[in-house]
Amino acid sequence: MKGLIFDIRRFTIHDGPGIRTTIFFKGCPLRCIWCHNPESQRPEIEAIETETRLDGREFKKKLSVGQLMTVEEVFKEIKKDRIFSEESHGGVTFSGGEPMMQIVFLKNLLERCVAEGIHTTVDTCGYATPENYTDIAAQTNLFLYDLKQMDDQLHRKITGKSNAIILDNLKTLASLGKEIVIRFPFIPGLTSGTENVKAMIQFIKKLPGDLPSVQILPYHSLANNKYERLQMLNEIRNIPEVDQEDLLRTQKLFRKAGISILS
Amino acid sequence: MNQRIYKLRQDSLNAINTLSEERALIITRFYASGIKESVSTPVMRAMAFRSFFEEKSLCILPGELIIGERGPQPKATPTFPEICVHSIQDLDILNKREKVSFVVSEQTRKAFDESIIPYWSGKTHRDRLMNQMDENWKNAYGAGIFTEFQEQRAPGHTVLGDIIYHKGMLDIIADIESELSKLNFYQDSEAYEKSEELKAMKITAEALIMYAERNAVLLDEMAIHENDDDRKKELLKIAAICRWVPAHAPRTMHEAIQYYWFVHLGVISELNPWDSFNPGRLDQHLLPFYNGDLASGRLTKESALELLQAFWIKFNNHPAPPKIGVTAEESNTYTDFSLINLGGLKPDGSDAVNELSFLILDVIEEMRLLQPSSMIQVSRKNPDNFIHRALKIIKTGYGQPSIFNTDGIIQQLTRLGKQIQDARKGGASGCVESGAFGTESYVLTGYFNLPKVLEITLYNGIDPLSGIKIGLETGNPYLFKSMDEVMAAFKLQLQFFIDIKIKGNNIIEKLFSHHLPVPFLSLLIDDCIQKGRDYNSGGARYNTLYIQGVGLGSITDSLAAIRYHVFETARYTFTDILNALKVNFKAYEEMRNELIYYSPKWGNDNDEADQFAVQVFEAFYEAVDNRPSPKGAKHRINMLPTTCHIYFGKKTSALPDGRLAGTPLSEGISPVQGSDTQGPTAVLKSAAKIDQLRTGGTLLNQKFSPSFFEKEDGIKAITALVRTYFRMDGHHIQFNVVNVDTLRDAQKHPEKYRDLIVRVAGYSDYFNDLGKDLQDEIIHRTEHQNIANN
Repeated sequence: MKGLIFDIRRFTIHDGPGIRTTIFFKGCPLRCIWCHNPESQRPEIEAIETETRLDGREFKKKLSVGQLMTVEEVFKEIKKDRIFSEESHGGVTFSGGEPMMQIVFLKNLLERCVAEGIHTTVDTCGYATPENYTDIAAQTNLFLYDLKQMDDQLHRKITGKSNAIILDNLKTLASLGKEIVIRFPFIPGLTSGTENVKAMIQFIKKLPGDLPSVQILPYHSLANNKYERLQMLNEIRNIPEVDQEDLLRTQKLFRKAGISILS
Repeated sequence: MNQRIYKLRQDSLNAINTLSEERALIITRFYASGIKESVSTPVMRAMAFRSFFEEKSLCILPGELIIGERGPQPKATPTFPEICVHSIQDLDILNKREKVSFVVSEQTRKAFDESIIPYWSGKTHRDRLMNQMDENWKNAYGAGIFTEFQEQRAPGHTVLGDIIYHKGMLDIIADIESELSKLNFYQDSEAYEKSEELKAMKITAEALIMYAERNAVLLDEMAIHENDDDRKKELLKIAAICRWVPAHAPRTMHEAIQYYWFVHLGVISELNPWDSFNPGRLDQHLLPFYNGDLASGRLTKESALELLQAFWIKFNNHPAPPKIGVTAEESNTYTDFSLINLGGLKPDGSDAVNELSFLILDVIEEMRLLQPSSMIQVSRKNPDNFIHRALKIIKTGYGQPSIFNTDGIIQQLTRLGKQIQDARKGGASGCVESGAFGTESYVLTGYFNLPKVLEITLYNGIDPLSGIKIGLETGNPYLFKSMDEVMAAFKLQLQFFIDIKIKGNNIIEKLFSHHLPVPFLSLLIDDCIQKGRDYNSGGARYNTLYIQGVGLGSITDSLAAIRYHVFETARYTFTDILNALKVNFKAYEEMRNELIYYSPKWGNDNDEADQFAVQVFEAFYEAVDNRPSPKGAKHRINMLPTTCHIYFGKKTSALPDGRLAGTPLSEGISPVQGSDTQGPTAVLKSAAKIDQLRTGGTLLNQKFSPSFFEKEDGIKAITALVRTYFRMDGHHIQFNVVNVDTLRDAQKHPEKYRDLIVRVAGYSDYFNDLGKDLQDEIIHRTEHQNIANN
């Protein structure tokens, strides 16, 4: 069997503990309008025009984004930096896109890693069939779990999907006693409101088991030209830059509620 | 830092580099006096040494704690006419050139014109050297295949061990007397040579004591005229120190440092050894004195810090002697490569990191001077907090200290037959060169342009820049049918040029042995006294000659591009590529784009490229390693460039990796600038594919933006990177932490960045003192900021 992978990055140090290799799956059920990896959304191989510059001249070339790979092929890439992840107590992170969309492939990969003693992290948007989470829970050391907008109407508007299943899945994982880090994309005007933050805090505090910590991911506008290259609808031009004071206020709210913030 | 140190440091920073005629005049007078005709060469050289320290002007600056200048004032730099005499035209260049200039006064110019040049013309070491080199050597040297370190500077490249911390010069003289008395003129055919060498050593040891006494007399005199009571006491104290060391073994930290400094001045005045001289494992040597002084109340931590800071300033006052021509291009800097080693292991194999290691790191952080250079040795036995402390200094963008693998260095040295205790007393000096401190002579003989050898191969023995045939005819490149054929031709060509270089080395070694022994340096390195043999004639316990390979990244990418585009995808024919190279890619821009952006590249943990690095490395190793020299040394390889990748770049036409004619080659074992796209772990994996334990040092440069070091997880990740690289037997890594915008601004507004120090390659330099091409190159090196922030 093969999985559709859109990128593999080495020396990632913000996707879980230590030095990690992050495997980006292609295909995502959500369409977050600020997505900074838009090329990871469609579950298919795409041709994308790439420019290189040399002495002021531009050279264009169509390159395909997305590659079908076997479990062994991906695992070979993971093993390349194994010596670094061992030294730093790091490992592998499956991200995307949404890795849960290719659940069988993901499970095979997780099993392969666990068998070799490699620390596993799954970075998920939470939008997947509930049984799939229980299915991979045993092979996953850490979940990086996105929470964006607690208001279901707003959630639909900015991601295209309801948040009900996302919240339920989080409860399920928490009840299984899994180690979870909540990732909160802090998008000015879309998720940054105090009401949303307060609702999120309330929800997190009610989760069964240990209180997960939260990592706030402030929005950055790096992705603009990616949208152009992908000829995708770009709604993010109007998003203002993150207000630092606003960010600090939000961190304080979490901390006041006894939730630790990862930087 | 306190007011005294602040002022001394400021004065050192503001001091102007000048060329001093003092030494050249003293040496010229000595040689012209005719004494040299009546004594043996070693004794003659010892007498020249004594004349210098008898006649040189003394310089003791207000507030100084450690005293002694090589020239009449700070940064007044002597020349060494017995090695190479500067012409009036050279002096004009030195005076006027934009970078690394030396002010030449009218008086200096006159001294050169009237007495120095007339005496030395045609009689210098450099003249002898050029007369001895054959056509092949001159062609290869002229074409930029290799450089020659011993053309304007003497062999040195050694580091002091612990001898001076338990022996005064009087003790050493007693050792010499003892060896003299043991000489057997009936049985030993070398007894005469040994006795002359030993006598010479004794003269230099006495000369250093005499020089210290001259200083003591001056200090006494200064004390009489000093109005400030505190300073008066200080001057008398320093005078007493000068009367105790170097004659006797030091008892205090102040005496130990002053003793070292006298010895340093001796070595860098006797001749102009490459990489000046170096106290090496300073935290190990000074620890007993530091502990003793603290226990007795002679010093506090603060006053110890002040002494070390005063010591640091002395190094900064002594720029490398002026270099010209190719030698200036291969090492264009004021830095004289005195590399302080911290940490590592004790001779018994235990963790050597101590309180003084951390205190000296404080000194490095606060002083932020160009000289001395500094490094930490990291063994698996050393604690992480030692690395963390060093990274916090590196993060400030100062480019120091660099980080070395102690366990790797020990394996390199023991492979070459050193006793393990000697190896553990060693470390790295200069840029990255491994050596056993106090027991080894390890001479760098010149850089070697690996990509140029490929270029000559692609032109069947002809240098495309001159049109002259300087190499072997290794086959018509248009007819190469496989990579094996390309590699076979390259290896023949490589062997041809290495043979030329080694023949030259073996002659040059003899020239120094015959004409320019160094009895003073020989006092300091085991086992010159016991053997009665000079440092330049194999007196050291261990003797090594290095040839330093340059451009591994460029040649690897070039070979990988040929394999991929010609023999794998067949997108281009060999003819297409050769034609494009001939016209420097003019009208082949599309091809050049493919070669640069869509080819396998070294530094990405990609075997398609890395296999060629391994093949080139092995070929270079096979051609050089273990080849003997007359004094009993063995040739070994190194992979480091100083600034030679720029010079060699100028001498190399377009290459199949898309590099244009005249532009810099890759440096050290680092990837071609900008071609490592898979992040630092991939770079380190690639670099570790060559067997670094069979070298005497490799240089790897990684540039990070400061933001990467801001958070604790960044520091931990970098520490893990270092540990892992060393687990894979990597030799050295240096981090250049600076952001590109800062550098661009510095290029535009140099006046605002007078203190900006960047890591160049194996050393740090003021950004403003670098040529524009080197500045551009540093800006160009891959930024890892995006990776850090993903």
